Amino acid sequence: MLRFLALRVVKMVVVVFAIVVVNFLLIHAAPGDPASVIAGESGAADPKFVAQLRHEFGLDRPLHEQLWIYVRNVASGDLGFSHRQQRPVLDLIMERLPATLLLTGTAFAFAIIAGISLGAAAARRVGRVADSVITVIALTFYATPIFWVGLMLVLVFSVWLEWLPSFGMNTVGADLHGFAAAVDGARYLVLPALTLGLFYMGVYARLVRASMLEVADQDFVKTARAKGASEGRILRRHILRNALLPVVTFAGIQAGQLIGGSILVETVFAWPGIGRLAFDALLARDYALLLGVFLCTSVLVVLFNLATDLLYLIIDPRVALS
Amino acid sequence: MKFLRTFLRNRGAAVGLVILLLVGGLAALAPVLFPFSPWDMQGAPFAPPGEEGFLLGSDSLGRDVAAGIAYGASVSLLVGGVSTLAALFIGVVLGAVAGYAGGAIDDAIMRFTEFFQTIPSFLLAVVLVAIFTPNIGSIVTAIAIVSWPPVARVVRAEFLSLRHREFVQAAEVQGRSQWHIVFREILPNALSPIIVLASLTVASAVLLEASLSFLGLGDPNLMSWGFMIGAGRSVIRLAWWMSVFPGVALFLTVLALNLVGEGLSDAMNPRLARKR
Repeated sequence: MLRFLALRVVKMVVVVFAIVVVNFLLIHAAPGDPASVIAGESGAADPKFVAQLRHEFGLDRPLHEQLWIYVRNVASGDLGFSHRQQRPVLDLIMERLPATLLLTGTAFAFAIIAGISLGAAAARRVGRVADSVITVIALTFYATPIFWVGLMLVLVFSVWLEWLPSFGMNTVGADLHGFAAAVDGARYLVLPALTLGLFYMGVYARLVRASMLEVADQDFVKTARAKGASEGRILRRHILRNALLPVVTFAGIQAGQLIGGSILVETVFAWPGIGRLAFDALLARDYALLLGVFLCTSVLVVLFNLATDLLYLIIDPRVALS
Repeated sequence: MKFLRTFLRNRGAAVGLVILLLVGGLAALAPVLFPFSPWDMQGAPFAPPGEEGFLLGSDSLGRDVAAGIAYGASVSLLVGGVSTLAALFIGVVLGAVAGYAGGAIDDAIMRFTEFFQTIPSFLLAVVLVAIFTPNIGSIVTAIAIVSWPPVARVVRAEFLSLRHREFVQAAEVQGRSQWHIVFREILPNALSPIIVLASLTVASAVLLEASLSFLGLGDPNLMSWGFMIGAGRSVIRLAWWMSVFPGVALFLTVLALNLVGEGLSDAMNPRLARKR
């Protein structure tokens, strides 16, 4: 058990290190090093000035030394400087991270609950109309581009019905407090969270249905039935519990991808999170910021995966033995 | 022939195939149906569908939305197809080597694959295209780079299970080269899961291309559905048709590819299909 944990943590450290190296190489591949960016912005393209800047940034040193400097910087929380926004990259990301976590967390909870309910309902009525309807719904959201779902929700619920706001995170200048502010925020959260969540709802519904049908054929289910347990109890206690194992694995992987996918949703809804930050960085060709977001998101994914492993240890202790 | 009949007995797969053929036909006939560049102004801007001779309306610069969809079809299918071929190449080679060689080589390749599965794939594609400037080459490369890991895993699993079968041992006893054993003996027997996965990979590649061009990372010389939806986003209150129709085309194409993939999977594993 302890060995299992230690192995996972070591693996995590190695993966994070590899991500940092990849990030370093990408920074190097990006057009325009920091020196020429600064020189370009201050209007002085004097080669001497650029050379001096390059020396200051250590850009004239051999690649492995630069890598070492970069690794040390990242380890001490220095992800570089955004020359467009005149602020450290890490500050910009930390400022935006809560909004993204709120959005992805809500979407994730919705996707899990709705997906498992739909998948279980379909598996229970396999081959009947309800099953077909749920399968079609799941496939529809699975096949629909996430940004387009967002736009269509905006079109229906904000443009035509005028029920919900489509832009931003709260009413600008309304100066609300307490409960009123929470309601206001929730109204802004509905459409983006639904957009992000519907796709993953489709994924989970399909997964739960397939997994439940597989488990339903196993011997321990027959035993439970022979024992005289009620169908409802068999479904909940015997089938669903075991069918959720692959869902947990998958959800752990997806939780990270959710943050990556939020760049599209945040772009559609002008949601002030790190996805929108990445999009703005993209428009401004601010590669230091873009790669900072990439690094932070990757590290978050690794943390999510570790959390999934821990969760797995609790719900299925057999994994620690293998 | 028998295979085709089994495949078409699945209603979803048949529908998917028909949609795909229609989209393919639209892509092929685009220059005939719309003998002008989809970038050219054809009339008044913001014309609603059915007015001013625009079947699906015009955009903010008076460009024909229907023409854009027709020309965008070929871009979507082309990018989806080519990047899937590239992803298959990487995935099959790495998966085959890992599954056949085993041991330390297998371990190293699988760690490498897991690493690529850990990195948020969409963000990696965005970063790669942004850094290597958006054009058809960098888009295809980026999509291939984020799409190969599932292929490698599936191919490796197939190779692991086929590697010690009798027909492989027979080929070894005959003194066949490793090259021959891997590509002529084992690979043909591992084809069916690869084909199923390929159709699903095309679907996700089409989605990825659309998402990239929606963010402004498309090839600036090629009309694409994602670009059209992105352009319609800011004027959705004025002109819903600009973002609705390209999205429908995108949805139908991805849905069709998924249906065909599932149909292929059922037709190739009839034993599993009956359980559904």
